Amino acid sequence: MLAPFATVFSLAAHRCIRTLTTLQTDHVVPQLYTHVHRRACSSLSTPRITTHYTIHPRDKDPRWQDIEMERFADEADVVIVGGGPAGLSAAIRLKQLANQHQKELRVCLVEKASQLGAHTLSGACLEPSALTELFPDWKERGAPLNTPVTDDVFSIFTEKHRIPVPILPGLPMRNHGNYIVRLGNLVRWLGEQAEELGVELYPGYAASEVLFHEDRSVKGIATNDVGIAKDGSPKDVFERGMELHAKVTLFGEGCHGHLAKQLYKQFNLRENCEPQTYAIGLKELWVIDEKKWRPGRAEHSVGWPLDRHTYGGSFLYHLNEGEPMVALGFVVGLDYSNPYLSPFKEFQRWKHHPFVESTLEGGQRIAYGARALNEGGFQSIPKLTFPGGLLIGCSPGFMNVPKIKGTHTAMKSGILAAEALFPKVTAENLDSETAGLHVPEYSDNLKTSSVWKELRSVRNIRPSFHNPLGLYGGMVYTGIFYWILRGKEPWTLKHCGIDANQLKPAKDCTPIEYPKPDGKISFDLLSSVALSGTNHEGDQPPHLTLKDDSVPVARNLAIYDGPEQRFCPAGVYEYVPVETGDGMRLQINAQNCVHCKTCDIKDPSQNINWVVPEGGGGPAYNGM
Amino acid sequence: MSGRVLVGVKRVIDYAVKIRVKPDHTGVVTDGVKHSMNPFCEIAVEEAVKLKEKKLIKEVVAVSCGPQQSQETIRTALAMGADRGIHVEVSGKDYDSLGPLQVSKILAALAKKEEAQLIILGKQAIDDDCNQTGQMTAALLDWPQGTFASEVSLEAEKIKVVREIDGGLETIKINTPAVLTADLRLNTPRYATLPNIMKAKKKKIANVKPADLGVDLTSRLEVLRVDEPPQREAGVKVETVEDLVAKLKDTGKI
Repeated sequence: MLAPFATVFSLAAHRCIRTLTTLQTDHVVPQLYTHVHRRACSSLSTPRITTHYTIHPRDKDPRWQDIEMERFADEADVVIVGGGPAGLSAAIRLKQLANQHQKELRVCLVEKASQLGAHTLSGACLEPSALTELFPDWKERGAPLNTPVTDDVFSIFTEKHRIPVPILPGLPMRNHGNYIVRLGNLVRWLGEQAEELGVELYPGYAASEVLFHEDRSVKGIATNDVGIAKDGSPKDVFERGMELHAKVTLFGEGCHGHLAKQLYKQFNLRENCEPQTYAIGLKELWVIDEKKWRPGRAEHSVGWPLDRHTYGGSFLYHLNEGEPMVALGFVVGLDYSNPYLSPFKEFQRWKHHPFVESTLEGGQRIAYGARALNEGGFQSIPKLTFPGGLLIGCSPGFMNVPKIKGTHTAMKSGILAAEALFPKVTAENLDSETAGLHVPEYSDNLKTSSVWKELRSVRNIRPSFHNPLGLYGGMVYTGIFYWILRGKEPWTLKHCGIDANQLKPAKDCTPIEYPKPDGKISFDLLSSVALSGTNHEGDQPPHLTLKDDSVPVARNLAIYDGPEQRFCPAGVYEYVPVETGDGMRLQINAQNCVHCKTCDIKDPSQNINWVVPEGGGGPAYNGM
Repeated sequence: MSGRVLVGVKRVIDYAVKIRVKPDHTGVVTDGVKHSMNPFCEIAVEEAVKLKEKKLIKEVVAVSCGPQQSQETIRTALAMGADRGIHVEVSGKDYDSLGPLQVSKILAALAKKEEAQLIILGKQAIDDDCNQTGQMTAALLDWPQGTFASEVSLEAEKIKVVREIDGGLETIKINTPAVLTADLRLNTPRYATLPNIMKAKKKKIANVKPADLGVDLTSRLEVLRVDEPPQREAGVKVETVEDLVAKLKDTGKI
């Protein structure tokens, strides 16, 4: 529509309009050269929110006309996106194989966090199986697995009491032989091992774009551009990102990765699996009174404050690393239906349960964070390989939901990926149909591995919650079919569709009255966000992009009372009154974002598209 | 004026991180905490690199005093355009008690050794807020100083510095060699992009020990105790002036 419009203008008019656009600010009439103009004509009151180039391409933008857009490119053998357990395990395994077979292999790993572990958040109770495979001598090497689980406690909470549930051998929540770890520290340690082996680690650089060969196979990735102003225009310090080309690219972005989202569409990877379902996990670290400290104790609970139809539960782990520290958190399934539910506030009020409050009394909170996690399990695993790349870790999603453990399977998937692609990438003759290597062997090997068996055996536990008895029906199902029959039943239960579609309109639901935080055990959102250490360069386009700027007020607020104000654990989304006249507008506080991905998952209009901000931005978790 | 510029860069806890006092009250927790280059040091590096790009100076040498991890900070300076780095190894107890006096002695010794014509530092570090290193270095070398610089221009054998002072802006002209400290508005530092980080891996970082420079690291200060600032008490609203006076009397303020 706009192209013929533009050619009608004379050169002088172009110059005049260009001057006009540089004078505009955020809230004034949107620029003429974008499709938002169409909507601006009908609802001039929608202020411009999204300025990111993924929504407003720069090739049509006059402010970018004279900017040099060439990128510097470099070649590696393997590029890994994501420096988490999966990515690092793959990198380490590749270099171990390269040294073993005396082959040269250039492995480059890019990670959006400023240092490895800064964006890592997990409970976590680690099964050391995959780590032992990677480093049989991990203990001598000083891997930070300092707290073996000594005590497993499972409870069903009511408002004031708890019903203890015995953790019999065979139940998924049994942690004998596992370690309570601060996953961020383990990731940092894995990074050190990787560097020693010769992996090139580049933290602080986010992969923002997938690159393709002519034949549509994956060529590699490009890192983010820097120096773009909040309104989408180039600053003086603007510099293009860099291209990293590889024979194979591994995508290990963690749960709901933004590049993986594109790849699913590009290669149709999800046509034969169920959509992924998720939960949000919020976590805090506390230094508690020494008298309350029980190192090695792992507590889990279900029930209060969630009702039986809302999946979720808690964890509280006593670490044994010198200080009397506990890691505790709350998980809420994102298939909840009440738009008034706030996972953050559920977490804060759960802490007031007598069983939990007694542990935290007199203690001090020292960290906070949140992240989405996978709940789809076996049924939601997509196709894992495509020409030029493969998916590893929580990105495709190998989490064992009832165990709430995904780290060991993520690491194993990284190891299997490395072992499958090593012979192909170091072969004398790169016998490949496509320019980017296709490694279907990875998927085949995964299907015969322990990961597959494990996920298959627990595949029906999570979906079994969708029954009239909710939580209790699910527990009965688990007791019979998992504990007794080991998941061998011939049927596979389905999930209920994508989480975003599960919300009921606000008018059909009752608002939840949450207690006010007391400032000692429970806290407000903003002081919690400050503890995550999150920060971003302020003058950059908001990375929470909206496909349509008018949808939040027109749909999310109107029908669902703006659930994003409640499910975001960092206070990014706020509905505020407009400056003049009536009505509300959505304000996006992008700097608060902790990269949890919940908004991209749960937005009922699926209008929010999370893209990666400038590398180095985001939380500064320390051993979370 | 041609020659060598020494730029000091300090590795500090990132400004957005919430710091925590160690349980033994001897300092703050630094283990695993996100660190980055002191923002004023970034501005100093940028200024030095700009001078080199204008061909007013020949070589930029980035210096950092600290443990092994300080090398990452030097690497960032190299990626921004510095030519080579010097890592002065200070770790453990020596690092805990390292302050402006020792650093300025180190910088003075290096300046003589490297025959530097200019030293550019950040005006202060965001962890200790001392604002002393630049001034002490100039004194030790008996060089003129242009501190709180918001504008620097090289003219023949002199430097014109516009300084941000309490009363406004002060313009001075000083001889070279000199020490400059960078203030916020001096420039906008460039990003250390990935291709430059990769190139920086090939640039040299020399390892030096303070003893090699004849510097004594003993601190003249002893930190007795570190505590969090007292919690801010909630305010109280009163209805009338009488209430206010009564409250002030109650709490012994009047």
